[in-house]
Amino acid sequence: MTILIKNGTLIDPVGLQESKTDIFIEGNLVAGVGSKPKGFRATQTIDANGHWVLPGLVDSQARLREPGQTHKADIASETRAAVRSGITSLCIPPDTLPVIDNSAVVDLIHHQNAKAGNQCHIYTIGALSRALNGEELCNMASLKASGCIAFSNATQPFVNNLVQRRAMDYAAGQNMLVIIQPRDNDLYADGCAHESAISTRLGLPAIPEAAETAALAKDIELVAQTGARTHFGQLSCARSVGMIRQAKADGLPITADCAMHQLFLTDHDIGQFDTNKLTIPPLRSQYDKQALREAVADGTIDSICSDHNPHETDAKLQPFPSAEPGISALDTLLPLALRLVEENLLSLPEVIAKISINPARILHLPAGQIAAGELADIIIVDPGSNWLCSGKDFVSRGKNTAFEGWDFNGRVLTTLVAGQQVY
Amino acid sequence: MTVNPQLDENGKLLHFLSIEGLNRQILTEILDTAESFTSVTDRMVKKVPILRGKTVANLFFEASTRTRSTFELAEQRLSADILSLNLGTSATVKGESLLDTIRNLEAMQIDMFVIRHKDSGSAHFFAQHVRPGVSVLNAGDGQHEHPTQAMLDMYTIRHHKQDFSRLRVAIVGDIMHSRVARSQIHALNLLNTAEVRVIAPRTLLPVDTASLGVQLYDNLEQGLQDVDVVIMLRLQKERMRGALLPSENEYFNQFGLTQERLGQAKPDAIVMHPGPANRGVEIESSVMDGNQSVILQQVGFGISVRMAVMSMIVGQ
Repeated sequence: MTILIKNGTLIDPVGLQESKTDIFIEGNLVAGVGSKPKGFRATQTIDANGHWVLPGLVDSQARLREPGQTHKADIASETRAAVRSGITSLCIPPDTLPVIDNSAVVDLIHHQNAKAGNQCHIYTIGALSRALNGEELCNMASLKASGCIAFSNATQPFVNNLVQRRAMDYAAGQNMLVIIQPRDNDLYADGCAHESAISTRLGLPAIPEAAETAALAKDIELVAQTGARTHFGQLSCARSVGMIRQAKADGLPITADCAMHQLFLTDHDIGQFDTNKLTIPPLRSQYDKQALREAVADGTIDSICSDHNPHETDAKLQPFPSAEPGISALDTLLPLALRLVEENLLSLPEVIAKISINPARILHLPAGQIAAGELADIIIVDPGSNWLCSGKDFVSRGKNTAFEGWDFNGRVLTTLVAGQQVY
Repeated sequence: MTVNPQLDENGKLLHFLSIEGLNRQILTEILDTAESFTSVTDRMVKKVPILRGKTVANLFFEASTRTRSTFELAEQRLSADILSLNLGTSATVKGESLLDTIRNLEAMQIDMFVIRHKDSGSAHFFAQHVRPGVSVLNAGDGQHEHPTQAMLDMYTIRHHKQDFSRLRVAIVGDIMHSRVARSQIHALNLLNTAEVRVIAPRTLLPVDTASLGVQLYDNLEQGLQDVDVVIMLRLQKERMRGALLPSENEYFNQFGLTQERLGQAKPDAIVMHPGPANRGVEIESSVMDGNQSVILQQVGFGISVRMAVMSMIVGQ
């Protein structure tokens, strides 16, 4: 099978350029860009005139709810949603049920993905500790052998710093990336909203910034101690990005991301107890949002994830403190990224880099760029297509969007995964 | 922000969820209406037919004595049919969702819900999901608001002090966990109170309390100086766990209201407490039973104020 995508505008997040060019695909790989490879004959031609051609997007954190919570979503539904929204690589955190702490669970996930037609690449993040108990290390070498790309303890704490230090040391010894969502569970307590005048007025149990920053300070020190290559996920605070900026300046092997919604929403958006705005970490202040945006712009934040958390309707039909946290975010990852371009935060290729080549490089994934010899994960986007966001129209089974009623520009027309047109 | 769910397009009460979002006119109307009901509660036959033929459900997902019984009396005096459910140990424990509880009760043709629930925002949640024409009254939602309690406190203050614009009011104690305090602060500010003070140890103050429109004090003597009204809040015993306070004794030594400390306030200052009070923890017995205390009056006024709110909602 050979495909020619002609006349499209290639958005290159590596060279940070836009250019009108043709792309030649042979089998599962890109055979050439610009100049036709010798002997290439297209069996299929896609005219991308007036459209953008982008590498398939890479999402470094998305929960698909399978195994364990298939009443919320499943691998088939969420991979379909992903490719419809231009995401061709999904990384899933280990807090499935059961936890990704043994090879059987990894195999199960890949088996389910194969059953769903392997529409989208799925990469598993293994647990650092068994059942995420924070006490005993997982068999990381065998998890790595079965395909895990990194290790994390998701949102669960370690019983003490010694175990965390050893977990990081051991992972580093396996030459594996550690992913940490910095979080002090005691300071989180039963909080459900950013600690501010708003939580005070609404009487909502509050989550102080220190619930993230105190943990992050300790985590950074453990990186310095162990030298473990570490990625910090879903940062939400201005002070956190300051600490990351300093740690990077100090030469520590650190990268960081934030969730896309943190660049658009604040605690003000909770309004009158809107449970679709209930997230963990919580929506922070305007000041934090601005600091996160600056950190995205200056590279302190390397990548942006969806932090996709699909829920069944009932999970949000509760009073605010009892509702389940998280946003169904696959459908809105790209349109929100394009909005960052409209708002002049970064150029189009720079923004695309944050959701393609940058996470791919951090996670060592064969994804994120369109070049000869690379896997042909490619999406074609109509930049002029305008649409109104409504959860009921989502492809994801999670209809819990925080962006109901937003006006978006840009729609995915075609998605190729490893040279196969999956949408 | 969204439209106020409590008011209809003509500014009339549909629900009574929070003091925040209401206006001085409505608060004053509640106080005036309550005054007219005080004569009813003093009569031999203490009933008026305003809620005749209507069914009111009292849903208490948290324990309550005072609030629940004064709501029930208010409903009875307005001639309503009443269904009182103590749900703390009932349906929701069996796994039924709050929404299903609402739906099931709605099927019983309830006209008005009075609800107390541990979650902040639960009254708003109820109001969002009941059928049009069904009203919700908040009898305390988490740490958010307890608006009828605040209104009976305002009634008590007005009864003794008339003009709010000349008053200094101090609220003392656990603001952090108090839905009563939040409602009181909004009500006092809406009624144009000259100064609202909050006196508490730091651990019992939520962040940025000043943004609610109050002056902060961490010293009781200073905070009480020249105030006209002292409102003491209940200190829950479980606050000693979780390291919010070292001991009841230290709390009493710093923030307990004694006769001597009350001397800092104006000589005619009144002392209030939403109850239930812990004698010897936040308030000395002699103050509680003293001649400046209006604590028992508050309870009685609670009936007329709740009658007033319910009658305004049904539009009489």
